[in-house]
Amino acid sequence: MHEAKAGETRSETRAPESGAELGEFADQEFVPIQLTVNGRRVRQLVEARLLLSDFLRGTLGLTGTHVGCEHGVCGACTVMVDGVSARSCLMLAAQTDGCTVQTVEGLGSMQAMSPLQQAFQQCHGLQCGFCTPGMLITATDMLANDHPADEAAVREGLSGNLCRCTGYQHIVQAVMQVAMQGDAVASKGAVNAAVNEVQS
Amino acid sequence: MKPPRFAYERATSVQAALQRLASHGPDIKLLAGGQSLMPMLNFRLLRPLLLLDINHLAELQQLQLLDDGTLRLGALLRHQQVLKAPQVQQHWPVMAAALAQIGHLAIRNRGTLGGSLSHADPAAEWPLLALLLQARLHLASAEGSRCIEAAEFITGAMSTALQPQELLTAVDFPALASGHGWGFAEHARRSGDFAIAAAGVLLWAEAGRITQVRIAVGGGVEGACRVPGAEAALLGCPLGMRPEDAVLQRVLDALRASVQPNVDLHASAALRAQIMAAMLRQALLAAWARLPGTGGTDQRSGSHA
Ligand SMILES: Cc1cc2nc3c(=O)[nH]c(=O)nc-3n(C[C@H](O)[C@H](O)[C@H](O)COP(=O)(O)OP(=O)(O)OC[C@H]3O[C@@H](n4cnc5c(N)ncnc54)[C@H](O)[C@@H]3O)c2cc1C
Ligand code: FES
Ligand code: FES
Repeated sequence: MHEAKAGETRSETRAPESGAELGEFADQEFVPIQLTVNGRRVRQLVEARLLLSDFLRGTLGLTGTHVGCEHGVCGACTVMVDGVSARSCLMLAAQTDGCTVQTVEGLGSMQAMSPLQQAFQQCHGLQCGFCTPGMLITATDMLANDHPADEAAVREGLSGNLCRCTGYQHIVQAVMQVAMQGDAVASKGAVNAAVNEVQS
Repeated sequence: MKPPRFAYERATSVQAALQRLASHGPDIKLLAGGQSLMPMLNFRLLRPLLLLDINHLAELQQLQLLDDGTLRLGALLRHQQVLKAPQVQQHWPVMAAALAQIGHLAIRNRGTLGGSLSHADPAAEWPLLALLLQARLHLASAEGSRCIEAAEFITGAMSTALQPQELLTAVDFPALASGHGWGFAEHARRSGDFAIAAAGVLLWAEAGRITQVRIAVGGGVEGACRVPGAEAALLGCPLGMRPEDAVLQRVLDALRASVQPNVDLHASAALRAQIMAAMLRQALLAAWARLPGTGGTDQRSGSHA
């Protein structure tokens, strides 16, 4: 069906079983998908009912994405889909054909952590680490697209991610630290632009 | 919790989707943002044979300001897209305030206007807004299309006038006459949870008196609804710093008399009735303060409980 090319992931999928229950839709129970995950192209034949969270964890082995509640409330499974955060337990793998997905593994590496990951480390923004991937992705989206103005906005932005360990204080601190660095970078940029304008 | 077996199809055009619905309506579930449907599938509360994914229908994703000032929103616009639209922030501040209360960013990034209205959760913001803003909904089927008022569309909690072969394509929000005061208030256990109760209020005044009132509340047994008795209690009231206490009392009495509060894990009927009254009071005072000529000072309150 789909020939795997070099550099692409294509693991074995079990052969479709008889789809008698699905009647005339039986031949649409498996769906070929092609997407980019953390910069890598992936091709796969997936069962229609396979959740994106299970596809990432089970099929691709990207177990950084955690699964808590499987109905959208805990936030542990949050990943980026086409540049914005989404619950991977509320999306089907089949829906991601043509999409670009980023998981916590795509944010940085052990050698080169993202500024947010570094801030989590410095501020002790995690204990058991179960909620951390979802927190990192949510905060990444918030910092990029929703520009939290103050601590209240950061707390509001993180309110959809449950943490049972930390009491949130250090997570909020870590995100605030990056938000303020961002402001510093942005205002430095504005100053430089103004200086350039004056000079030219 | 994993969904049951089903087949999946990506709709390539509205016409193709309508054909599918015409031939197999009852066996199909439309998949929009999936933020209500996917939890129900994960809990196996539903067993459709086919999920028809409408996420790629560009025809349903337009936001237009029509010549007469009507805001036409495609059914597939995400909550976050509508919330951030400059037209909405400028002309429909009550809509922006209410949408900010839906779930969390990741939920708003995917959940859609059409999905929320079709799902018709009694505590959801969109049905309340549709009633408050007297929206008109465009429903299409292979046989043709029809346009109905929000009040006809929402027939109760989790129940609508949508037929199995129909697709909600767009929703019109008529322009609001200028100079109105608005208020929206909602209470939830935690930020982002479904509201225990919510209220929206629009007021207009002329020559020092209230001339037009619209009040909608969410959290009732029958789902979101208008409260005509409470609206009538405000008509003709003189403007001042705030409504007279007697008037406020009549408004809240009318609410209690006409809306039966929903009961669930989160609140008993008595508690929800009390919270609903508090939200209506808060939204009304905010709308009042925003009316030109009331000398109101608090221009910000009313968006948060
Ligand atoms: C953690 C969490 C918190 C939430 N909090 C809130 C909240 O505070 N307030 C709130 O209002 N909502 C909340 N929601 C629900 C969210 O707003 C959903 O997005 C919304 O209820 C459904 O929209 P959807 O696009 O996701 O629809 P889907 O889940 O895809 O579909 C819902 C139903 O509508 C049908 N449908 C979808 N689109 C159409 C269409 N165009 N025509 C006909 N039928 C259609 C589907 O077949 C399905 O039956 C929350 C959800 C979660 C997971
Ligand atoms: S596992 Fe997806 S939100 Fe909890
Ligand atoms: S660190 Fe343990 S759940 Fe957050």
